[in-house]
Parts: sequence; C-alpha cells; structure tokens
Amino acid sequence: MVRASLETDFAEVWLEGEISNLRAPGSGHLYCTLKDQTSQIRAVIFRSAAVRLRFGLEEGLQVVAKGRLSVYEPRGEYQVILDHLEPKGRGALQLAFEQLKRRLEAEGLFDVEGKQSLPAFPRTVGIVTSPTGAAVRDLITVLHRRCPILSIIIAPVPVQGAGSAEQIAAAIQALNRLGVVDVIIVGRGGGSSEDLWSFNEETVVRAIAASRVPIVSAVGHETDVTLADFAADVRAATPSAAAELVAPVLTEIVERLGMLTARCQQAMTSQCLEQHQRLDLLLAHMGNIRFRILKEAQRVDGAVAGMREAVRAHLKQAMVNAQTWTHALRSKSPVLHVRQDLLIVPQLRSRVIAAMNHSLKRKTQHTHAYLGRLKGLSPLAILDRGYGILETMPGGQIIRDAGQVSVGEEILARLARGQIRCTVEEVRLDPSV
Amino acid sequence: MAGVKFEQAMARLEAIVGELENGDLPLDESLKIFEEGIRLSRNCLKVLEDAERKVEVLVQDTNGKKQLRAFTSDDIDVQGSAEDS
Repeated sequence: MVRASLETDFAEVWLEGEISNLRAPGSGHLYCTLKDQTSQIRAVIFRSAAVRLRFGLEEGLQVVAKGRLSVYEPRGEYQVILDHLEPKGRGALQLAFEQLKRRLEAEGLFDVEGKQSLPAFPRTVGIVTSPTGAAVRDLITVLHRRCPILSIIIAPVPVQGAGSAEQIAAAIQALNRLGVVDVIIVGRGGGSSEDLWSFNEETVVRAIAASRVPIVSAVGHETDVTLADFAADVRAATPSAAAELVAPVLTEIVERLGMLTARCQQAMTSQCLEQHQRLDLLLAHMGNIRFRILKEAQRVDGAVAGMREAVRAHLKQAMVNAQTWTHALRSKSPVLHVRQDLLIVPQLRSRVIAAMNHSLKRKTQHTHAYLGRLKGLSPLAILDRGYGILETMPGGQIIRDAGQVSVGEEILARLARGQIRCTVEEVRLDPSV
Repeated sequence: MAGVKFEQAMARLEAIVGELENGDLPLDESLKIFEEGIRLSRNCLKVLEDAERKVEVLVQDTNGKKQLRAFTSDDIDVQGSAEDS
C-alpha cells in the first residue's frame, strides 16, 4: 500500500547528487546511493536502463537523474528507481568520450611511440569513408591534383548510425589485408558530435591503433576531435587536409628527381675535373723533378768529368814519374852495362888478335931461328952431309944395330935426296967399323 | 607497397648525391655509386611514368567476399546522401 501510494504520487522525480557506494553485481543492475551535503537516498538502475547509459557511472560523479520512488520491501526501505542519468554540467557523450579516452590511453593505444610515419611516396592510398559525401570527392580531387598517378582504393562505409562503427573497423582491416595499400585515410565530413560519434567508438579506435598501414584521420572540421584522431598516426583537420598530407606533389617529385640526377652528374663531373687537375699538377711536379734530376745529372757529369780529369792528370803525372823512373832504371840497367862492356869486346878481341899475331910472329921468327939451328941438327942435314939412315922394311925402324937385321931382309936407306932399297948380304956384329 | 621501394630508391639516390658532393670517396668508388645513382634515377622516373592513375572500390560481393572494382562517378551520385557535409 505504501509502495503503491509512493509509486503513484512520485511517478517522476528529478534528483541531483553525487554517486557513492556504487555496486555492479553480475545481474547487470546497478546500485548506489545518491547524496548531497545534507541528505541521501538509495538508488537502483535496472539493467534495461543501465545499457542505455552512454557513459560509465563512477564513484563521486555528480549527476542529474530522473526516476520514480519505490519501496524495497524485504528491508522496508524506500529507494529511487532511476531510468535516466546525465552527468551534471556536461553532456553524457562528453563524459563517455572522456571515460573511454582515459581507458584507452591507459592501455597505450594513443602512445606516441606507436605512431608510424607516413610514406613519402605512396603509390596506393586507401580511403575509408562514405562513398556519397563531399569528403570522398574532395579526397579524390585533392589526391589526384597533387599526384595524378596515385592509385586510390575506396572502402565505402556508412559513417554514422547503428553498425557504422563496426563497418568502419572492418574496412580498415580489409584494406590492411589487401597488402598493396601504402596509407589509409579514415574520415568523413563535418557534422554534429552525435554524427561523428562512430569515430569515438572503441571498435574503430582499436582498429585504427592496430592497423599496420599508417592511418591519417580526418573527421569533421578542425574543431572536431575524436578518439580516432588520437589513435591515428597523423590527424588531419579535414579530409582535404588529409589528402594534402598523404599525396606528394608529383611535379615536385619529378623536379626533385631531376635535381638529384643533375647534382649526381655535377658532383661526378667536378670530381673528375678535380682528379684531372690533380693529375696535371702531379705531372707538372714530376716535370720539375725531372728538371732537377737533369740538373743533378749534369752536376754529376761535371763531377765525373772533373774526377776523370783529376785521375787523368794523376795518371799522367804517374806516367811521367814512371817514365822517369823507367828511364832512370833503364840507365842503370845491367843490360846497358853489358852492352857497353860488349862494345869493348871487339877491341879487346882485336887487341888480343894483334897481341897474338905479334906473339905468333915473334914465335915464328923464333921458330925459324930454331929451325935454322935445328936444321943443322937435323938428320936430313946430316944426310946432306952424305950420311944415310937405314930403316927396316917394313917397319921403318932406324937401324942402329946390325943385329936388327938378318941376311936377305930388305932395308931402306934414306939419303939426302932419295932412297935406296937394299938387301942385306952380310951381317957383321963387329962393332968396329 | 610499391611506394616503399620508390621511397627507398629516392633515399638511396639522396645519400649517393650527398656522398658524391662530399667528395671524400676515391674516384673509382665515386664512379661506382654514380652509376648506381643514375640507374636509380632512371628506375624512379620509369616508376613515375609507368604508374597509372586509377580509382577502385573495395566492395563486398554476394558471398561476403571483398572485391575491387573500378570506381565510377555513379558511385558518388547514385546513392543518396547519407552524410551531410
């Protein structure tokens, strides 16, 4: 009866207070106490209402709540059954945004270390956005204006309404799986914060953070900030801005390539020139060295000539000396003496001969004298005087004794002139004549 | 991912120019990287010249498989505007 009365009389009450003693058992219902500085009341939020909450209830959170009074009969306590809560002073979405941001931040999904840098020269750009909005037109236009050769793959998705978050996340994953996409732009044109809400959904934020392909977020206008922006590698203020960030200007690349090529050639040419000059310098230097060597050679030649001259002079002197000595020696040579002495030999010889002749002559004269005298003594001279000499025949022995001969023997009688052969007739041994 | 190769080629070309301009390398090594630089430059230019501009749409066919098909202006205009701008 109390309950019926309360529920009819206080079918709709508005309360303002701070949440405390928050409990969330497995049933899905939420229990808490709403209090202000002077009073408090027990409150319950049934599961059906709890799932509709855009934000999470927290201890100490100031809320404005709508509900109806009732009685919890087992304890006989009265309580308020809340069906709608709003954070006080700000929107529910704002609070939900902050709560999710805090949670994902704590998980490290927004860490700067996890950010990838955009490729400088993407060939293929993936776009996750609505195929019907102005955003996709702007993106294609700007991308191709800057870089006409870009390949673009559009992954069309609804960007608001139920299920859009899941589709956006799936599209990001699908573009990753293609394997040809160098960078992805995820975004949409401007709208209310409700319209942009899909880009605050956890599933989208996680898909962006997990993408291996770098992602540029471009949601709404400059002032709109979504959790997708925090998770993306780069945040662009608008889709057009995203296209400018992603697409290099082709003419600039071509120009840069041309410049690099020219610098390459220039540097090579100048190095070649430099080396050439160095070579020239070296050659000139070598020329100098050659000149110096020639000069030195000349000096050496001079020195050699001088030395030769000196040696020659020396030699000459030595020769002269030698000649002098030779001369001196020669003049003292025994040969000379011998020769000189030899000159005396013929003189001596002639003197000897002369002396000999003289001697001979004298001897001859002597001999003649002796011969003369001898002649007187000679038997022949005796013979001249009429004597004869008897000689045996043969034998020629002078017969001095008659006994030397026998009768009948022939003997020879030499006379002064001629000889006579005689035959012995008689031998008388009587010495008297 | 062809863009990555192009980027690497450009980066290498830049490094080569830097080294050549430094002039610290001996002539034969300079010539070697110079040739490499010119080759890279030609390849990069070829990539730029050969690249074709195309726009495709990643669509889901009846089997639920994702497929690429050419993007036409119809893709923008036919469906109503689900999104404002």
